[in-house]
Amino acid sequence: MLADIRLVAAKDLRIEWRSRVTLSQVVPFALLVLVLFGFALDANRPVLDAATSGLYWVTVLFVGLMSVQRATAIETTDGARRALLLAGVEPAAVFLGKALAVALQLLFVEVVLVGGVIVLFDASIESLPLLAATCVVASVGIAAAGTLLGALVAGVRARETVLPILLLPVLAPVLIGATRAFDDALGTVAVDGWAWLGLLAGFGAINTVLGALAYGVLLEET
Amino acid sequence: MGQLSAVADSVFDVSIIRLQAAVALIGRFPALAGIDLDVGEGEVVLVQGPNGAGKSTLLRLCAGLMRLESGEGTVLSHDLATERPAIRRSVGLLGHDTALYDDLTVRENLDFWAKASRVDASAVTPAMERLGVADRLHDVPVALLSAGQRRRVALAAVVVRRPRLWLLDEPHAGLDPSGRDLVDQLVVDAAAAGATVLLSSHEVDRTLELATRRITVAGGTITGDVTDAR
Repeated sequence: MLADIRLVAAKDLRIEWRSRVTLSQVVPFALLVLVLFGFALDANRPVLDAATSGLYWVTVLFVGLMSVQRATAIETTDGARRALLLAGVEPAAVFLGKALAVALQLLFVEVVLVGGVIVLFDASIESLPLLAATCVVASVGIAAAGTLLGALVAGVRARETVLPILLLPVLAPVLIGATRAFDDALGTVAVDGWAWLGLLAGFGAINTVLGALAYGVLLEET
Repeated sequence: MGQLSAVADSVFDVSIIRLQAAVALIGRFPALAGIDLDVGEGEVVLVQGPNGAGKSTLLRLCAGLMRLESGEGTVLSHDLATERPAIRRSVGLLGHDTALYDDLTVRENLDFWAKASRVDASAVTPAMERLGVADRLHDVPVALLSAGQRRRVALAAVVVRRPRLWLLDEPHAGLDPSGRDLVDQLVVDAAAAGATVLLSSHEVDRTLELATRRITVAGGTITGDVTDAR
């Protein structure tokens, strides 16, 4: 199982490295969104300061959507999903491998975006451990829910437009929890960020378990 | 071909595919509407019929990729209703899609599918050489290959698995003359080694040279079955 997870994740990351989609398209897109948020709110500096965490995580959700779309397309473009079934790879391993690859890509973009909010929004980090933990745990949740729903819509003709409609509401707890935890980590609002991190961890765990159990059915039926 | 017939005659009594009143749906449409079929070990069966007749569906059903809606069936002694994962692991399917990752090289694709299929990685190089994709093409991203070259790589992925049952859907499509000859030779060699081959093709004259049996599919049912098709 672990070998299969590693195999699938390494394959997806290698494809990503070769195509440079994250580096050449996703990162510039994410930074551009931050810049536009800055343009929109900079006239009201206190609002921008208070909204920094939320803007950061909205941007991350957009990035997550793009990463999940891409991860889904890798398997659907030329019928590789079917070949994975034929190869006999455990569906749970396919799910965990793909989710791991998405989570690692998200983490990379999140690190860049933290630099972005520091430079563009003049944010400062009050608790690096909380900030880092939030990024890791939220990435797992986004990747798990996204990979699962990506498989659900894989057989749908208009999946590029259906996926955001399904995924964004599901990710609302991540947006809320990660924003609150980041508020604490950036010192913008006095909240217990670690408690919100617990919510994020629960969301990530539920979606990871659910995905590992349901992915096989989705591979078969979509 | 005489050698192939001799091998085939001796082993046909072992049933590799057995379908009884098999129905398979695509959506709500019965793509297979009650198929009865018995294919023995070592047979080379040409599945012919017009577009939309159910040829590809029949191959996908035999690969364990489709649910058996009603009827009964076994493939390689595994029940089609309850043991599809075991069937999938034992067959080699060349479909219309090549199941290759564009951004990986030919070698990386085949290495991935070998590892995923739990096949010894040492089988990859001989398969690449056999299909003529070892020298110039091994480190070329699949995205840069022509349709025919992609087809050869997809065939190499089937060869790597050394399946007992080959399911080839339009295997000659998109290939140049040398590639078509290569497919023919692969089928002959597979059958000589005791494997069973089910292939669909519109190139009936060419494929009849290979086949020991020809079935005709129309409207999701078998309308003709000729043994010793040559």
